[in-house]
Amino acid sequence: MTSTATAPPSSDARPDGPSTSPTPRQPKRIAFGHRLTKWDLKLSPYLYISPFFILFIVIGLFPIAYTAVISFMDWDLVRNTGTFIGFDQYVYVLGQPKFWIALRNTFSIFLLSSVPQLLLAIFIAAMLDQNIRAKTFWRMGVLLPYVMAPVAVALIFSNMFGDKYGLVNTLLGNVGIPPVPWHSDAFASHIAIATMVNFRWTGYNTLILLAAMQAIPRDYYEAAAIDGAGKFRQFTAITVPSLRPTLIFVIITSTIGGLQIFDEPRMYDQYGTGGADSQWLTITLYLYDIGWGQWNFGRAAALAWILFLIILAIGVINLLVTQRVVRDEGRRDAGTRREQRRAAASARRSLAARTEATAEPEPGPAPTDTTIDTPEVPR
Amino acid sequence: MTVLNPPPLAIAEENIPNAPKRRRATVVRGSRPGWFVYSALAIVLGSAIFPFYWSFLIGSGDASTIRDPNMSWLPGGNFLANAASVINDPAVNFWRALWNSIYSSTLIALSVVFFSTLAGWAFAKLRFRGGRWLLVFVVATMAVPTQLGVVPLYILFADLGWTGNIGAIIIPALTSAFGVFWMTQYLQQAVPDELIEAARVDGASSFRTFLTVGLPAARPAAAMLGLFTFVSAWNNFFWPFIVLDRNDPTLPVALSLLQSNYFVDYSIVLAGVLLSTVPLLLLFAFAGKQLVSGIMQGAVKG
Repeated sequence: MTSTATAPPSSDARPDGPSTSPTPRQPKRIAFGHRLTKWDLKLSPYLYISPFFILFIVIGLFPIAYTAVISFMDWDLVRNTGTFIGFDQYVYVLGQPKFWIALRNTFSIFLLSSVPQLLLAIFIAAMLDQNIRAKTFWRMGVLLPYVMAPVAVALIFSNMFGDKYGLVNTLLGNVGIPPVPWHSDAFASHIAIATMVNFRWTGYNTLILLAAMQAIPRDYYEAAAIDGAGKFRQFTAITVPSLRPTLIFVIITSTIGGLQIFDEPRMYDQYGTGGADSQWLTITLYLYDIGWGQWNFGRAAALAWILFLIILAIGVINLLVTQRVVRDEGRRDAGTRREQRRAAASARRSLAARTEATAEPEPGPAPTDTTIDTPEVPR
Repeated sequence: MTVLNPPPLAIAEENIPNAPKRRRATVVRGSRPGWFVYSALAIVLGSAIFPFYWSFLIGSGDASTIRDPNMSWLPGGNFLANAASVINDPAVNFWRALWNSIYSSTLIALSVVFFSTLAGWAFAKLRFRGGRWLLVFVVATMAVPTQLGVVPLYILFADLGWTGNIGAIIIPALTSAFGVFWMTQYLQQAVPDELIEAARVDGASSFRTFLTVGLPAARPAAAMLGLFTFVSAWNNFFWPFIVLDRNDPTLPVALSLLQSNYFVDYSIVLAGVLLSTVPLLLLFAFAGKQLVSGIMQGAVKG
C-alpha cells in the first residue's frame, strides 16, 4: 500500500517531461538506498567474522610466526631482543637426551591413556545404549569427572598413587602384591598419569560414542536378531563398523590434546619437574622448564615448533589411515562407483548406437549392458 | 486421491489396538537389560565418584590420616578446619583466586558466545566471497597447539606490563575457533533461508536480521557453547600458570601452590581440591543435563 502511495509522483513525472529535474533525482535516491543495502549485504559478513580473525591474527598468527623467528635466535630477556643464530637452538634441543626422554614419555602416556580409554568408552557406551532405566542419571554420572579441573584430578591421584602411603599400594598389599614404585619407576608413573587422563575423559568420549550408536537405525539390530545373531555378534558386526567415523574423530582430537599434556605430569609431585630422572617429563613440561625455569626463550620457541611439527606429522598419518579406513567401509566409494557405472553405461550405449546404427530398439540392450558389465567396471 | 487416501489409513492403524507391526517393535525396544548392564554401570559410576569421596575422606582427617594403616572409610570431622586453613593460607589467596576464576570464566564465556554466534551466522547463512575457505581456515586453527604461541605472547604481555594481570588470560580467550565451528554447524540447520529472505524483504538491515532471526534461533546452541567455554576456561592451567602472579591467581593456579610447600599436608591439599571443585559441582548439578546433550549433539554433527 505504501509503495503505491509513493510511486505515483515518479510515474506521473516521467510521461510529463523527461527533461525536468525532479525525475533524475528520485531514481538517484533509490539507487543510493539500493547501494547502501548492497554494501550492507556485501560487507556485513566480513564484519561479523572479523572479531575472530582480528584476534586470531594478534594472538594466534603473529605469535606463531614470531615463535619461528625467536626459535632462530639467542633471545636476550633483559634487552628483549635476540641475535640470529640459525638452527642452533633446534640442534641443541634435538641433542638433549632429555628431549628424547620427554618424547618417549609423551607417547607412552598418550598410548596408555588413549587406547584403554577408547576401549572402555566403547564398552560403557554400549551399556548406556541399552534400554536402561534413568538414562539421564547414568549419563550425567559418567560425565561427572569432566567438570573437575585436571590440576585437581592430578592432586587426588598423585595422592592415591603415593609410593609409601598411597591407597593403590595399600590395596595391592591387601591382595599380597608388593608395592609398586609409582613415582620412581618411569612406566609405573606413566600408568598413574594415564589413569588421571582416563578418569577425566572417558565419560566425555563415552557420550560422543553413545550419540553415534544411537544414530544407528534400530532395524539393523532387529534384522540381525531375526537372522540369529547374538548380542556380541551384533556389536561386532553392526555397532563397531558404524562407529568408525566417530572413532576417527575422537582419535584425532585426543591425539592433539594428548601430545600437549602438561597439567597432570606437572602436578604429579610437589616439584613439578617431571621426576628426578625425568621419569614423567613430557614435551610441554620440558618446554615450560626451558622457558620459565631456565628462562631461555629461543630454545623454548624451537621446542614449541618441534612439538607442532610432531602433532602435524601425527595428524597427517591419522588422516591417511582415516581415508583408508573410510574407503574400506565402502561408503564413500558407493557414489563414485555408481557414477562410474553410469558413465560406462552411457558410453557403451552411445558406442552401441553408433556402431550398430540400425532400427534396433534402444531401451532393450542398454539396461542389459549395464547389468552385465557393472561387476567388471569397478575392478 | 492423494489427499483423501492417507487419513483413513492412519485412522485404521490407530483404531486397531494391537497392530502387530507396532507391537513387535516395542517388544524389541522395550526389553530391559539384565543385572550385568546395571552392575557394569554401577562400577563406572562408583569409579567416577570415588576420587571425590577419597578427597573428602582425606580432607576431613588430619596430616596423619594418610599414614594410618587402619584408616577408617568414614570421613573424619576436620573438613571445615582444613578448608578454613586453605582459605586463610596467605600463600594461596583463595578468595582472590575464586573471584578471578568466576570473573574471567564468565567474561570469556560471554564473549566467545557472542562472537561465535556472529561469525557462525555469517558462515552459515550469509553468502560472501571466500566464505568457505575462511571456514576451513578457522577449523584448521583448532589443530594449532597453545604451546606454539606461548613464548611471544609472554614477551608481548611483559612488554605491555600485563603479566600478572587477569586480563592476560582473558584477552587471548575472547574468541574460539571451536565456537565458530560449533555455531556454524548449528545455525546451518536451525534457520530456514526463507526466514532470512522474509526479514530482508521487510526491509531489515543485515545486523537487524541477525538480532531478530539469528540470535533467538541460536539460543540453545549458544547456551551449550557458553557452558563448555566456562568449564574449560575455569579449568585452564597452562597459560594462567605461566602468566599470572602467584599472589593474584586463578583457582587451578592457587591449587598448584598448595602442593608446592616443602612439607605437604594432604588433608589440607585435598580439602582445597574439593573446595575449588564445589563451584563446578554446583554448575554440574544445574546444567549437567545440558552438558550431556551438548556433547551428544555435537558428536552427531561433528
